[in-house]
Amino acid sequence: MDLYRLTIHETHDLLTRGEVTSVELTSAVFDRIGQVEDRTGAYLMLVKDRAMAEAEAADEVIRQGTGGPLTGVPLAIKDILCTEGIRTTCGSKILENFIPPYSSTVVNKLKKAYAVIVGKTNMDEFAMGSSTEHSAFMVTRNPWDLTRIPGGSSGGSAASVAADECIGAIGTDTGGSIRQPASHCGVVGLKPTYGRVSRFGLVAFASSLDQIGPITKDVTDCAILMNEICGYDPNDSTSVPREVPDYTGALQAGLKGFVVGIPREYFAGGLDEDVAQAVNAAIKVIEGFGATSKSVSLPHTEYAVGVYYLIAPAEASSNLARYDGVRYGFRDKEAEELIQMYRDTRSKGFGSEVQRRIIIGTYALSAGYYDAYYGKASRVRTLIMQDFNQAFETCDVLVAPVAPTPAFRLGEKLDDPLAMYLSDIFTLPASLAGIAGISVPCGFSKDGLPIGLQILSKHFDEEKLIRVAYNFEQATDFHTKRPKL
Amino acid sequence: MKITRDEVVHVAKLARLNLDEEAIELYTRQLGDILTYMDTLNRVDTKDVPPTSHAIFINNAFREDEVKASVPVERALANAPQSEDGSFVVPKVIG
Repeated sequence: MDLYRLTIHETHDLLTRGEVTSVELTSAVFDRIGQVEDRTGAYLMLVKDRAMAEAEAADEVIRQGTGGPLTGVPLAIKDILCTEGIRTTCGSKILENFIPPYSSTVVNKLKKAYAVIVGKTNMDEFAMGSSTEHSAFMVTRNPWDLTRIPGGSSGGSAASVAADECIGAIGTDTGGSIRQPASHCGVVGLKPTYGRVSRFGLVAFASSLDQIGPITKDVTDCAILMNEICGYDPNDSTSVPREVPDYTGALQAGLKGFVVGIPREYFAGGLDEDVAQAVNAAIKVIEGFGATSKSVSLPHTEYAVGVYYLIAPAEASSNLARYDGVRYGFRDKEAEELIQMYRDTRSKGFGSEVQRRIIIGTYALSAGYYDAYYGKASRVRTLIMQDFNQAFETCDVLVAPVAPTPAFRLGEKLDDPLAMYLSDIFTLPASLAGIAGISVPCGFSKDGLPIGLQILSKHFDEEKLIRVAYNFEQATDFHTKRPKL
Repeated sequence: MKITRDEVVHVAKLARLNLDEEAIELYTRQLGDILTYMDTLNRVDTKDVPPTSHAIFINNAFREDEVKASVPVERALANAPQSEDGSFVVPKVIG
């Protein structure tokens, strides 16, 4: 049996029954990484020695019978979550040698659960991108077609799960960065409601949008990881003090009485034929479980790209002001005067997409343009939220495509930032509204590329997403398919 | 032109970025395209619409003002490009 192919819940069963040890499982995952990593490029860094020590400790916990669902399970972490003592680069040269003095709350929760951390995964620099091509360090390839992007910005995490280079992973989503790579790599990815998961120790990109979530091989694993990472954290004043349900309780059959909304605007022109076909077929499957579907309208959808690409860069330009070469990170040592040092450090430390967004954001916030750009975008954001509120008055969930096309080719949109931004059209609205969304595998294109189904719920209604996704998964076998590597 | 070359230079200065001639030209063109696209927002009437800066309503997240341990100075300085006597060292500020 290839242990690395298993899910979190499958490995948990074997570990609990004593049929395998975490040391064996972790070794199997590292062997797998050794076989395929040169083709996928999922990891920026591996921490094998630490991982093996964590696996040994986990085995002891399991022997004592005090383990939990993640104990001894090898997981991959996006390199934007601070890990104490382990380099955290955000895919940026400016943080190339940054070793955080503390861990993010999510990483601490995983450690407390005795999960094994395998390594840190590749990403677009500071999570700004939809292809992982904006990493300062390396290219990540889609395990299903090595000439294509894995999606982004959590492309490394999604690729590592799809290529069985870990058992599960953590990503982050600001405008679709969990859902879109999950869709392109044929795995499950959930962006929780804003405030559901602590952002403490998550390097900030756009603070009103950033959210951490699981990327997994199936929906059951997604529920298990949600149970572990959610919850209020006094260290994050934007996390919401609200009880966390047992998400595995939502893994139950039947959707009788569920009302599924189908937003018209997500099926308009420009949608790839294979994607449309897969998503429409998925809706039929969901109806088969007793749900009724109805057409709804989210009339401000088309403005989401404009709103997001003003608000997110505006917040980023402010958040990234901290990288000045003084307290941590890269410093250009040639400058003889302070302001010049700031400028040289930032120009040499940030990549082109990050600089582009800092300039857009600074411009949108600058005197004379604030009302026309940032102010206008913030008002249209309200209308996008109102669209969702209205739809959720009569619908339990909404279903839609995740992305207009399957994974595009490496390099295809690299020289055309606007084209790259427009590919995020179906994930941005939920991010702006702060609602929850999941991507589950729902088919393949004629070229054999994975296609994801996006399911959206109102704030703090992740259980409904998991329930619909679980039912869909029970009726289909897309999630069991693996790329040939 | 949606954004001029001089505006790009000015904004880069505000953002503490150096741009070479090639970058100025590239960003002027690309930002022009992006900002032209942003004009689509002007089709929306937002006269009586309040702005949203945060998707979840949170009212004053207060905490008790308690003294707690903080990161020790050595650890806080461990990532500094240059430090001395418990402080960060920077190039001279006033010439």
